[in-house]
Amino acid sequence: MSLGTEQEALSNAWQNWFRFSRNPTAVIGAIIVITGVMLAILAPYITPYPDHVGAVVDFRNRHQPPSADHWFGTDNVGRDIFTRVIFGLRISLLLAVVVLSIAIPVGVILGLLAGYFGGWVEVVIMRITDIALAIPPLVMALAVAAVLSPSLVNSMLAISLLWWTWHTRLIYSITRQLRTQEFVEAAETLGASKAHILFREILPNCVSAIAVKTSLDAGFVILIGAALSFLGLGIQPPTPDLGTMVAQGASFLPDYWWQSVLPGSAILILALGFNLLGDGLRDLFDVEDVR
Amino acid sequence: MEFLAFLTRRVLWSVLVLFGLSIVIFTIARIVPGDPARMALGPRASADQVAALQQTLGLDRPMWEQYGLFLTGLSQGDLGRSLLTAQSVNVDIARTFPATFELVLCTILLAFILGVPLGVAAARWKDRWPDNLVRALAIFSAVTPTFFLALLLQILAGYVLNILPTTGRLPASMSFNADVTGLLLIDSLIRGRLDVFGEAIRHLILPVIALGAATMGQIARITRASMIDVSRQDYIEAARAFGVPDRLRMFKYMLRPAFVPPLTITGLEFASLIGNAFVVELIFSWPGMASYGIRAITQKDLNAIMGVVMVSGAFFVLVNLLIDVLVGVVDPRVRIRGKRA
Repeated sequence: MSLGTEQEALSNAWQNWFRFSRNPTAVIGAIIVITGVMLAILAPYITPYPDHVGAVVDFRNRHQPPSADHWFGTDNVGRDIFTRVIFGLRISLLLAVVVLSIAIPVGVILGLLAGYFGGWVEVVIMRITDIALAIPPLVMALAVAAVLSPSLVNSMLAISLLWWTWHTRLIYSITRQLRTQEFVEAAETLGASKAHILFREILPNCVSAIAVKTSLDAGFVILIGAALSFLGLGIQPPTPDLGTMVAQGASFLPDYWWQSVLPGSAILILALGFNLLGDGLRDLFDVEDVR
Repeated sequence: MEFLAFLTRRVLWSVLVLFGLSIVIFTIARIVPGDPARMALGPRASADQVAALQQTLGLDRPMWEQYGLFLTGLSQGDLGRSLLTAQSVNVDIARTFPATFELVLCTILLAFILGVPLGVAAARWKDRWPDNLVRALAIFSAVTPTFFLALLLQILAGYVLNILPTTGRLPASMSFNADVTGLLLIDSLIRGRLDVFGEAIRHLILPVIALGAATMGQIARITRASMIDVSRQDYIEAARAFGVPDRLRMFKYMLRPAFVPPLTITGLEFASLIGNAFVVELIFSWPGMASYGIRAITQKDLNAIMGVVMVSGAFFVLVNLLIDVLVGVVDPRVRIRGKRA
């Protein structure tokens, strides 16, 4: 690589960073997401009562309001809610990572195939996608999680089962526009293999759209996962989970409001972070149609 | 004539989607580990009892024959019998569906009635305070978990301020049989019971806000974006140059084409709306399909689960069909292209 292109790449990255850092919502989003991930990773070292993640009972300290000892108060068996919220972030983030690492490759590959080959490949893939879109994700997840007993793995499976559709639609529409572009036709004329065209020519042009979609999606997967565990179909107690904590605290509203309001706010802030970050990336990459 | 062809295409397509949906649901219900008959009867039933139930349910026949039976039933509108209560799933769903329908219908109408003007205002005063307000509203409504918003509303309006009822469709003291359409708002008017009508509205307010906030935010956001998009078109520039008054330009020439994307979005968002209706119904003790579905799910009542998912899917497909037709009315170009933009 010559010096010139290296400098060019550097200044491009610099320009991008500059534009990104001038976008306040994107920066706030990035800060929220990074903080959330760091807290989740470091949970055992930074939380005041790490043993409260299990089935610990301390009835003398039950229903304590937020204080210096217990920043978020305590729950109905005296466990520190701050500790459990930080550990709950782990489950939410893990869910988002697993679901998206299943849904994105599946969705992207199907979208590339349907968009590039057209014909019956397109008809079959896009019709199946349309059918999958007709099933309400939460209802489907409820049915799957219920039919196979409730657990974290099953709720991941249930959400992934429908989540790929959005990525398929997105990549399909981009690929269809790219298919007739000159650089793709040039590669075809040079006799490049189909795999080369799909993954080396077309896919790189989808990356920014995928990045935006992934960030927005992470927030929505966290929300739907929280709804599942709110209904008792996620990871089972005593493992701390934000949705489960809201559900359990709900029976002590409004007197012991902190037991459900604070974990609920944690879900909201985490989802907000991913949403703002996604919005910021959309402005940065200038991909308007991605939702 | 051209509209009729468009309509036929959309209806045929909807039937195809429903057919596909039936395959998906049947597959999921049959790959379940364990025997549905055994699950229904419990571990203490004898092998003979299980075999007998398998025979009545047709579980001993080959898979394709079972699907054939399921599909024949569906095409006649028969969802089978509950494995647990032996009651017809149709009857149960017909009993619970109107409550869900009323909730969802009111939510969508309100989301439109509030969302579109908000979006228009945001586009009209772009980058000024109405715009910032609408954008903040759209983001926060999208990231607030529905169950969390529902709980907060219940606590604030129900217990702290004590101004609105927080459970059910009507107060327990009020007896009213919605026997015409099943929708309280309509039936109470038909019967001339204004007191029931008022109470039904009071009971709807909180669930509708909890369920509709996100949809309203999305509609406002999309309306804003498409109004801004349309305002950059040449014919709008021309109208401005000719001195067509602001209001006339906004409402007559811009709103109509700008109205299509929010309609389309509502169709797609409708799937998550039905899902969230489950959560909202549970929190507000709304006697709809969700409470029935959740019970079926916890008891592993396969036929009832299949029925609920099938009806939810069919509801989604029908709403989208209706929206396609509406889009065809608003934007005649769609009828020729055959597809929504």
